[in-house]
Amino acid sequence: MLYYIFRRILMMIPTLFVISLLIFFIIELPSGDYISNQIAALKSTGEQSSIAKLEFLRKEFSLDRPFFERYLVWIGLWPGPHGLDGLIQGNWGWSFEFDKPVDQVVGPTLPLTIVLNFATILFVYVVSFPIGIYSATRQYSWGDYGFTFIGYIGLATPNFLLALILLYLFNLWFGLSVGGLMAPQYIDQPWSFDKAMSVLAHLIIPTIVIGTSGTAAMIRRLRANLLDELHKQYVTTGRAKGLKENQLLIKYPLRMAINPFIADIGNLIPSLVSGSVIVSVVMSLPTVGPVLLSALQSQDQFLSGFILLFVAVLTLIGMLISDLLLAVLDPRIRLGGRAAS
Amino acid sequence: MSMDPKDGTPKREVEHYVDPAPFNPAVTEEMTAAQERFFQASQWQIMWWKFKRHKLAVWSGIVLILFYLCVPFAETIAPYTPNLRDSDHLYAPPQPVHLFHDGRLVGPFVYGMKSSLDMETLQWVFTDDTSDVQRIRFFCNGAPYEFWGLFDTTFHLFCPAEGGTLFLLGTDRLGRDQFSGLVYGARLSLTVGIVGVTISIVLGLFFGGIAGYFGGFLDNIIQRMIEIIRSLPELPLWMALSAALPVTWGPVWIYFGLTIILGLLDWPGLARAVRSKLLSLREEEYAKAAVLMGAKPGRVITRHLLPGFTSHIIASATLSIPAMILGETALSYLNLGLRRPAVSWGVLLNEAQNISVVTVYPWLMAPVLPIIIVVLAFNFLGDGLRDAADPYK
Repeated sequence: MLYYIFRRILMMIPTLFVISLLIFFIIELPSGDYISNQIAALKSTGEQSSIAKLEFLRKEFSLDRPFFERYLVWIGLWPGPHGLDGLIQGNWGWSFEFDKPVDQVVGPTLPLTIVLNFATILFVYVVSFPIGIYSATRQYSWGDYGFTFIGYIGLATPNFLLALILLYLFNLWFGLSVGGLMAPQYIDQPWSFDKAMSVLAHLIIPTIVIGTSGTAAMIRRLRANLLDELHKQYVTTGRAKGLKENQLLIKYPLRMAINPFIADIGNLIPSLVSGSVIVSVVMSLPTVGPVLLSALQSQDQFLSGFILLFVAVLTLIGMLISDLLLAVLDPRIRLGGRAAS
Repeated sequence: MSMDPKDGTPKREVEHYVDPAPFNPAVTEEMTAAQERFFQASQWQIMWWKFKRHKLAVWSGIVLILFYLCVPFAETIAPYTPNLRDSDHLYAPPQPVHLFHDGRLVGPFVYGMKSSLDMETLQWVFTDDTSDVQRIRFFCNGAPYEFWGLFDTTFHLFCPAEGGTLFLLGTDRLGRDQFSGLVYGARLSLTVGIVGVTISIVLGLFFGGIAGYFGGFLDNIIQRMIEIIRSLPELPLWMALSAALPVTWGPVWIYFGLTIILGLLDWPGLARAVRSKLLSLREEEYAKAAVLMGAKPGRVITRHLLPGFTSHIIASATLSIPAMILGETALSYLNLGLRRPAVSWGVLLNEAQNISVVTVYPWLMAPVLPIIIVVLAFNFLGDGLRDAADPYK
């Protein structure tokens, strides 16, 4: 098992390199960079004094070098002006827009991003699991139809629109300020029980909003998987031998149906992370989403590059976890060509 | 003659029966008219029959056709042009269509609006003026436009009464009619998915075809590529790519840039399906025969293998259109996609970004409705097509 985990993590390294190269290529796509745009703006106003400083910054961040060299300096495999100093060495770069190191800009937003995404995954599992089982065991009942209908609506409503609608309705019905992380009166207040509850209340809605489409998809999948299994002969055999319905369900068909369910989390995570970015923008949650948007708009390349990479790493870790879970739960999966230990 | 062992009376023979009707030895192989029709029908014919049985999918298809009518006929359907500003009606609420006035049937009409300024909130307040009945005109002459760039006309499906207004879904902060915006917006929002999917199909067929047909090393590289692209969250990448579109580009170029971006990240799913299908079809005898007869790979793929799963490709392409429509909407909503004067549903939703504005003027959320309907319809249609795609099952 340990060997498998080790191998799996080792496999992530080349993937990460390709992804980082891809991301670096994308953020460098716009013509020019933040500094040269600034220089052009200053030149057009005829201001010469600050240009020297910007030229210095260009050298400082090796923006004057060719593409691949810039990339290698960024990830820290090529000596920049201060020797090897890049992502690998723990230097996350410099945000031109905020005039601060990237870690200071995104640092406060990272924990919430992780918590929000984790909570959403948990929500998707916890909600879709019982509903999926219910829908499959009581196929064509009213409950089944109801959940299927809600599921379709959930799939069709893009989550940022759902966020908008919910914001509007909650505002209308309860006068609740749903946007932001906490009710306005708690901002800048010391931590208290009420404040924590307010934060919790404000996290529930984004979690539901981001998780809805994923939940709908998972319910449909678990229902289909379980329905396939329920009509197999071993279920009839178990029933004929006098097993109780619940015991039978949990012990055999459910165990078979659950594997694709877990493997699917790998497909689900990228869309959840996508959703969390845009929903955060709509609901003005302090996650990396709004920062990414503003960084992209102002061509703050190191900041947006880091956030994109962070989001990609988040999904890779999620997939790793789903692979490991699958390996633990399904004895048929051979770990790296060997028999399961 | 056999005797009964007990009493010795002769046993009565069963009379031999012969059917007088002429006997046809092929009777078991003969088919009813319906069966005959089924077996002689082409593959597409059977698919169509099977699709028709999926009622929900058929209705979704009809709904979509109605929506897509807005694409060629937007100017005729919309009573106003989308960027026309009516400075007398800023944030005007929707005017509901009535049929009866004072208990008398007048036909479809709207009441005129009286506006007054609320000095406390500094907002315009519009109230129905029930004495001012404005009958909606049908097949009428309204604002002039150029039809398909061919000739000038003033013909509209319906227009406001002379000197009156007709804001079916209200107006926005500059007094632009929301309904007209939706009709014009359909033009970009609905086609963005089709163009994007076309790009994604071309890429998917190309890479999937190479991977599935040649296998081995090429297959490995393409598979890794697909895995990496699929593991990346789409929306942040879309955001980054569309932020890279030059600001100086006109709306048309931005539009094509967006479709390329949407198609660029969508092809892996399709490529995977193509690859797995090709891998199995490649082993069929007819494919081998074609190769032995000296057909080049390109010909074998396009002439012999592809027709075997065209229907699958169409079905899965239909299912990926809604994601693209939503992608465009999200990007335009975030100001990273299309911008005015171009009109799409996402651009219209851009007005609804400020939640406090939405609370006061809820009709700004109107584009949500067509988006949800179109996406749902595409999902149902895709489900129906997918079921019909394998007609012999």
